Amino acid sequence: MPAPKPDLNTPAIMKLPEKERKCVMDLEFMRANHMQLLNDWRDEVVRNGNREFTGAGGKKYLASLQNTCMECHSNKTKFCDQCHNYAAVVPNCWGCHLDREKKQVARAEAK
Amino acid sequence: MLEKALVGSKRYFQLLGFLAALMIIGGSMYLWQLTFGLGITGMSRDVSWGFYVAQFTYLVGVAASAVMVVLPYYLHNYKAFGRIAILGEFLAVAAVTMCILFIVVDLGRPDRILNVLKYPTPNSVLFWDMVVLNGYLFLNLLCGWVVMEAERNQVAPPKWIKPFIYLAIPWAPSIHTVTAFLYAGLPGRGYWLTAIMAPRFLSSAFASGPALLILLCLLVRRYTNFDPGKEQIQTLAKIVAYAIIINVFFFFCEVFTVFYSQIPEHTQHFYYLFKGIGPYAKLVPFMWVSIIGMIAATLALVFPQVRQNEKTLALACGLVVLTTWIDKGLGLITGGFVPNPFDRITEYWPTGPEALITLGVWATGFFILTILYKIAVSIKEEIRA
Amino acid sequence: MGINRREFLRIAGLSTLMGLGGKAAWELVFPGQALAQYTSKPGALVAKRWAMVVDMRKMTESLAAKCIEACHSAHNVPNMAAPPVDPQVTISDNQKNRWQMKWLWTDSFEHAFPGQEQEHMQERLHKMQFLLLCNHCENPPCVRVCPTKATFRRPDGIVMMDMHRCIGCRYCMAGCPYGARSFNWRDPRPFIAKLNETYPTREKGVVEKCLFCEERLAKGQMPACVEASQGAIVFGDLTDPKSKVRELLRTQYTIRRKPQLGTNPHVFYII
Repeated sequence: MPAPKPDLNTPAIMKLPEKERKCVMDLEFMRANHMQLLNDWRDEVVRNGNREFTGAGGKKYLASLQNTCMECHSNKTKFCDQCHNYAAVVPNCWGCHLDREKKQVARAEAK
Repeated sequence: MLEKALVGSKRYFQLLGFLAALMIIGGSMYLWQLTFGLGITGMSRDVSWGFYVAQFTYLVGVAASAVMVVLPYYLHNYKAFGRIAILGEFLAVAAVTMCILFIVVDLGRPDRILNVLKYPTPNSVLFWDMVVLNGYLFLNLLCGWVVMEAERNQVAPPKWIKPFIYLAIPWAPSIHTVTAFLYAGLPGRGYWLTAIMAPRFLSSAFASGPALLILLCLLVRRYTNFDPGKEQIQTLAKIVAYAIIINVFFFFCEVFTVFYSQIPEHTQHFYYLFKGIGPYAKLVPFMWVSIIGMIAATLALVFPQVRQNEKTLALACGLVVLTTWIDKGLGLITGGFVPNPFDRITEYWPTGPEALITLGVWATGFFILTILYKIAVSIKEEIRA
Repeated sequence: MGINRREFLRIAGLSTLMGLGGKAAWELVFPGQALAQYTSKPGALVAKRWAMVVDMRKMTESLAAKCIEACHSAHNVPNMAAPPVDPQVTISDNQKNRWQMKWLWTDSFEHAFPGQEQEHMQERLHKMQFLLLCNHCENPPCVRVCPTKATFRRPDGIVMMDMHRCIGCRYCMAGCPYGARSFNWRDPRPFIAKLNETYPTREKGVVEKCLFCEERLAKGQMPACVEASQGAIVFGDLTDPKSKVRELLRTQYTIRRKPQLGTNPHVFYII
């Protein structure tokens, strides 16, 4: 199976000037730690009510998978699923969290 | 000693095969429940606990009844019970395993069951239920196994097992006290908010458990070369008699408090169970069978002639098991939820798949029981040979 | 050889326990660093103790329906009674009743306040439909019984749900004296007509209920039902003597559901 190629070509990302196309933390960090980061967001938002996350360069973000991550990465099948399928990982976020991808498929089938 | 379970008569393997078939059917229904959700059961927003929790509630009493054999033998030197203590302990192992299985099949998210360990919550009775049930399983397995092995080698059990056996004695009533506390501490459920919920659990347990043990002993005598003993069965019968008398008395205490004070929050549930409210009367025939049958069994067991004739004893014990099961396994849970907290009624009845999963878990328990009893009986036959 | 099977198993078991326990012990003594700073968002509505007053003098049945619609659509609460989004899914009437999900609903006086009804009540009470929801009690039995703290009380009084932690044991549903909680007996998504893309749905197997719109409060917005109620529902900080809720409680006679149970509910009703 060829190496995964997560696609960053979404309207939200393309709208930003190239220098500003940065995630909440830097690329290497996100590659290795986005799972832990999301778990931390989950606990801080749900259990402590703290929704403001200070990311790379002191920039502030709303800690939300659905409303922050998927705002930019609104192409789950071409982004998230690329590496997840390659690594045979099934994160169970999507049973509840909506992925904002424009799909014609009935929502009930998305998992 | 496990090798004793691998050899046996044709009937033994037929029994295991039959139970295994029920387990497979139940297991496949459970797979369906895992994919569809608990909606395959008859539970609802109003009756959010049903058959699974009811079986767990009933079996926790059966599991605790092992103490009724262990206590006289170890604390009061009633030597006769030494013959059958292992049968009581192994019944406890099978029963508490079923309890744990019923809890697991009742969970909406069984994949998250370890959260109860990851985030211990001492103010939740369910947390303590997990602690005591697993502890009891461990204790009975340990004590049963070590004592069994000592008996096989015809030596006294090692001294270090004694503290564990003594620990198992207060632990046994704790498992169904904690289970009773699941219900007895909820402010919104008038049917369950009674101080004698735990005592009722105790009396029901010490009637149904030994009654079931008597029936199992009679079966063991019939189908194996090991005779549990007439005296042992007679003593168990006396225990059942006293326990069922107290159980019926407790029921009348409840009825008096509820109907003399006439507070609707409490009377409503009794009306639903024994009279029906409007068109809602699904459980009425069952509850009357339960209470009339229980009184009949009580009256019968009072007479020594009934207890000493093992045929009538078996009938009475069967009646005790059935009526206590209806009381705890059908009436207790549904009765607590009907009417609901805002006085509306949704009735409950288990669905087919729910009943099959339940049967599968019961079959699993009896499968374990058969194997453990086979080992115990084989060893007893061996040393008596 | 020197070791027998039992000894081997004993050593293997102990080593495994120590290996697992050692890692846990290490993490206890040297916990990992918190990744970054987390704070509450500026512009959020905060309170020391949230409370709600439902003014039944202003509430009408159609207004209540609007509140329920606002709440359920904002939070992707499935409607089991409506035809499913997926036409291949069909459920019976019995299932519609059993699987109903309600965060906010209405019922008549004798059901909202069982035990308070009389034979000869004020006539207008007979027609009133009371809005019922989670009371966000100060002393909540549901929090007391939850074995994983999946439902817990926030310092500002909101009784919160952590959907990630809930094991679906439904003990909280048994514990709630108000019937305020719903369980997902099946996948809810076929029954959500229009998804709110900014809020998650739930999966089968977890319990849900009103959360006083804590996600809206964090954005500086009033709860959805309050906004839709055209002033019939008032929401605010009970500890602030100048808040509207305190003013209403001071000047009007209010009742609560089952106060004798000691739960200290924080939803008040002006009849």
